[in-house]
Amino acid sequence: MRDKTQTEPPEAEAIDSPNTREPLYAPRKKVFPKRISGNFRRFKWLVMAITLAIYYLTPWLRWDRGPFAPDQAVLIDLANRRFYFFFIEIWPQEFYYVAGLLVMAGIGLFLITSTVGRAWCGYTCPQTVWVDLFLVVERAIEGDRNARIKLDAGSWTARKLVLRVSRHAIWLAIAAATGGAWIFYFADAPSLIDELFAGTAAPVAYITIGVLTATTYTFGGLMREQVCTYMCPWPRIQAATLDENSLTVTYNDWRGEPRSRHAKKALAAGQPVGDCVDCNACVAVCPMGIDIRDGQQLECITCALCIDACDGVMNKLGKDRGLISYATLSDYNANMAAATAGGACSVNPSLVRTDGSAFSNRLAHFHVRKIFRPRTFVYMSAWSAVGLALLYSLLTRDRLEVNVLHDRNPQFVTLSDGSIRNGYTVKLLNMIPEPRTIVVTMQGLADAEMSVVGIDMPADRSLSVPVEPDRLKMLKIFVRQPAEQINAQAQTFKFRVEDKASLESDEYTATFNAPEIVR
Amino acid sequence: MSGEHIDEVSDVSTTGHEWDGIKELNNPLPRWWVITFYVTIVWAIGYTIAYPAWPMLSSATRGVLVYSSRHDVKNELEAAEVAKGKYVAALQAKTVFEIAADDVLRGFAIAAGGAAFKVNCVQCHGSGAQGSKGFPNLNDDDWLWGGKAEQIQQTITHGIRFASDSDTRLSEMPAFGDIITPEQIRQVSAYVSSLSGAVGDQALVIPGANVFAENCAACHGDKAKGNTELGAPDLTDAIWLYGARETAIAAQVRAPKQGVMPAWGGRLGEVTVKELAVYVHSLGGGE
Repeated sequence: MRDKTQTEPPEAEAIDSPNTREPLYAPRKKVFPKRISGNFRRFKWLVMAITLAIYYLTPWLRWDRGPFAPDQAVLIDLANRRFYFFFIEIWPQEFYYVAGLLVMAGIGLFLITSTVGRAWCGYTCPQTVWVDLFLVVERAIEGDRNARIKLDAGSWTARKLVLRVSRHAIWLAIAAATGGAWIFYFADAPSLIDELFAGTAAPVAYITIGVLTATTYTFGGLMREQVCTYMCPWPRIQAATLDENSLTVTYNDWRGEPRSRHAKKALAAGQPVGDCVDCNACVAVCPMGIDIRDGQQLECITCALCIDACDGVMNKLGKDRGLISYATLSDYNANMAAATAGGACSVNPSLVRTDGSAFSNRLAHFHVRKIFRPRTFVYMSAWSAVGLALLYSLLTRDRLEVNVLHDRNPQFVTLSDGSIRNGYTVKLLNMIPEPRTIVVTMQGLADAEMSVVGIDMPADRSLSVPVEPDRLKMLKIFVRQPAEQINAQAQTFKFRVEDKASLESDEYTATFNAPEIVR
Repeated sequence: MSGEHIDEVSDVSTTGHEWDGIKELNNPLPRWWVITFYVTIVWAIGYTIAYPAWPMLSSATRGVLVYSSRHDVKNELEAAEVAKGKYVAALQAKTVFEIAADDVLRGFAIAAGGAAFKVNCVQCHGSGAQGSKGFPNLNDDDWLWGGKAEQIQQTITHGIRFASDSDTRLSEMPAFGDIITPEQIRQVSAYVSSLSGAVGDQALVIPGANVFAENCAACHGDKAKGNTELGAPDLTDAIWLYGARETAIAAQVRAPKQGVMPAWGGRLGEVTVKELAVYVHSLGGGE
């Protein structure tokens, strides 16, 4: 079979080839990607193993936080509104950390794309990883490209039925496992899995599994490349993040054209012949079903499998690898100019070779230096600035906070001895998973004293209250100041809260209101 | 329109419709769209069978699921009542003092009492219970009829000067305009005003003390400290229901206004009254 590639290329055509381009809304043309091996394929297997392992195993990692908090390393506890990530615990008001991470992810995507093109799409995007996984199943059951095309075109026999049913069954099983793994991020995984199979888990768990099973099966098994082409916004945005110095999967026409299936005959006839033997191997392996030789296009996710395919063919033919390669547009243009004598003629490969075989040393090659250019520096500094700001904020954040709401209705109350009272709702936030005793002290406001609803204590300027681990304690505090001390309609003072054990503290500047005329 | 017309630019047949030279292309719909459209039609038919939909002469079809949003609300209200049940039973069984001493029950009573207050009490006492002229402020520590939780409960249950409740709190200050002379009214008003710190005309204050001892001390006390048994206000403090100025005091001596509060026990029931009592007690002035 392999030897045949040279003499009898398989029938393969890009689904968006201009020859056969259908109007919009035409039914999908099926894509049957051929198996390929090579460096990029090996790298993709590795990335797939790592990303799938992260996804499936993360909820099962444990992290000891003491008796008052869950021991799951990564847990999004929606019911209690807490997010745990190893040593970090986030309360809902600290969601800006997540927003910051999303900003970093966005800038990171720009950075990666401007240097190595759509690497996210080609290697790590869940859509790509799961489609790859689904293709493994498809190949294992129905065989490689030609066998699948034949089976698909053939009539419905018992064998076809068995193969199809088992393929879809395994897809559904993978999809269910995908949805199943997702819910473990939201509850204690070991206890949830027992409840799940006992049928006692929350309905939302089963609904989530159902929805994610459906989307995984549909996107990964049925829609595949259409998700990238029609649903994903990223292919549209990439044009703005790629520039002439970004590496991207490129067909080097300057050495490939004119392509010929009968190179020897053409050479004998004295015609120029490029390296491309038009074997269509690059089209056959493409999971997007496109032809990279048509140039950079929206559908290309730069998975680089065509590079593996072409390199394999070049090896067999004894030619230099890299007819399809990662190249920048500026290098490509320079080489193209060389091969066409500055656009004076059509591509003539002999112009880029010194003696008919070795490449001219005038050819442009990618240099690592090109990664470091103003654009990537801007991305890197923005990315690092956000990252450092988040880190600084994380390391210096308070785990003890006080928030105060001043009663507005009424703003103040005149008491029988003429003194004025204001009411405050004081919220103590104990943001660590340990019980603490918090001392609340008033600072300022001469001679004023506090009393607390529900706590039997003499009026004082300080009180200490126990606060449960990882909880908010709300106190209704009345502050009373004798009439003779009131010197303004609005005076400011501070509520200071302190944990005497850890010496953590926080303050809130509050206002004390009084009527215009105090008798 | 005869024959099929093909648009030159897009190579697509047109529908034959034309407006000012603009023709409508006849592009096929995507298959998934058409299928989805048919599915929605089937779904709609099933929906009208399952749920109330088709208009009939007097009402509409009930639907095989016999669904009703009114029924849903009723169920939710019943479920809420059941959920509140154990608290309500506890409130029923305990005194307001015991309720206020229990953290959980106090929290429940304050929330429920706050809601009941907003519906029944704010019309007179204000949304913040701050009162206004003639309507007592419930936040402060001055109580005409006592500020202990039980006393507040008694006041809410039976009202004040509410004729149709025989246990209502009753007091009536005579109209002294008919009893003492206008000169004496001026004197006693100056005296009362001086009790809470105002510097008055001593020529009025000194004889005013005598007028007070003869006419007012019986209810308001020798030291004018008031009496919650009789609903007689403390005249020495900073809180004045009808105003602190001498003229306001004089008006109240001459022909007193007497506020009425309805009895709420029968209308709201014992539990709600207890909730209200705990809530009002928690506003900061409770004794």
